[in-house]
Amino acid sequence: MFFGNTGETIAVADTLKKAAQGSSDPSWIMHHVMDANYINFEPFGTLYLPHLHLFGLDLSITKYIFFIFIVGIILLFICLLAARGYKKSLIPKGFTNFFEIIILFVRDEIVKPSIGKGYERYLPYLLTLFFFILVSNLLGLVPFSTTITGNVAVTGTLAMISFIATQYSGMKNHGVLKYIRGLVPSGMPIMILPLMAVIEFIGLFTKPFALCIRLFANMVAGHIVIFSLIGLIFIMHTLYVAPISVGFVLFIEILELLVAGIQAYVFTMLTALFIGMAVHSDH
Amino acid sequence: MELGWLSAGLGAGLVVIGAGLGIGKLAGSALEAMGRQPEAISPIRTAMIIAAALIEGVAFFGLVICILLAFGKA
Repeated sequence: MFFGNTGETIAVADTLKKAAQGSSDPSWIMHHVMDANYINFEPFGTLYLPHLHLFGLDLSITKYIFFIFIVGIILLFICLLAARGYKKSLIPKGFTNFFEIIILFVRDEIVKPSIGKGYERYLPYLLTLFFFILVSNLLGLVPFSTTITGNVAVTGTLAMISFIATQYSGMKNHGVLKYIRGLVPSGMPIMILPLMAVIEFIGLFTKPFALCIRLFANMVAGHIVIFSLIGLIFIMHTLYVAPISVGFVLFIEILELLVAGIQAYVFTMLTALFIGMAVHSDH
Repeated sequence: MELGWLSAGLGAGLVVIGAGLGIGKLAGSALEAMGRQPEAISPIRTAMIIAAALIEGVAFFGLVICILLAFGKA
């Protein structure tokens, strides 16, 4: 086993040893779900990622950034492979057929009912969002890799981009002033108009915030439960609890597969709903 | 004894009670509707999953605060 010069790998082994000796300090759980400057392939060694400091900002390649690139490369590979099936004929076979089923599902169940007329403009963004979240959620279940959507920064960026897409599409369709005036429903008594304006304005920002926290907390909670169940072996100091532990962990991993798909579906559907509400806000 | 751990434990218990009651009521109504009209099982199932994900989203707000309490410094 290779233990590097920095204190971090030694810290992981130390906390596991401490847990094995008697202290039940669970700080190693958070250590495994947070970002780091190295990738830990435990029996084989560690991969140290380069530090980069540009313009006074710390832009080093960390584990999460490395896996964001891997998800991007996987998506590129999958989409190019699927697009190749359309070269011969418009009726796909094989892998392209499977991909087309998912795309048609997103188009007919998520985008078309929510946005209605003119949904083709928003379809590329919503398809990208759906596949990015699905692939990154599923990649977190592979050994030695991490869930990039288990980080507030990544999900916050996705929510912010959805927020910008919603406001831009609303303002483009109605004009800036008319869209802002359309936020407050018409036909209200004058007395509660300021209150409604404040509530609707705050509501503009809580919706993407809820999107961000929902995806982040779903992913992180699944992984924390898995680590806690494995940590049960160390807390109880016996190996005989391992079958129960691993059985529960298997069950929760299967549940995580379901949750990965559902969270991608819910994020995309809520974004489509917000875009639909902004575009057709004349009820 | 740390108060952070105590409050996180109590908070997590209350969050689970809230989410369990909410999603249980949702599932009860959905199953009853499915029993009344077996042709509408597929749309009801879709709506049930969406509503369950939204209610769980609210429960996870509480969970995130519990994690911050348990693992935060001071």
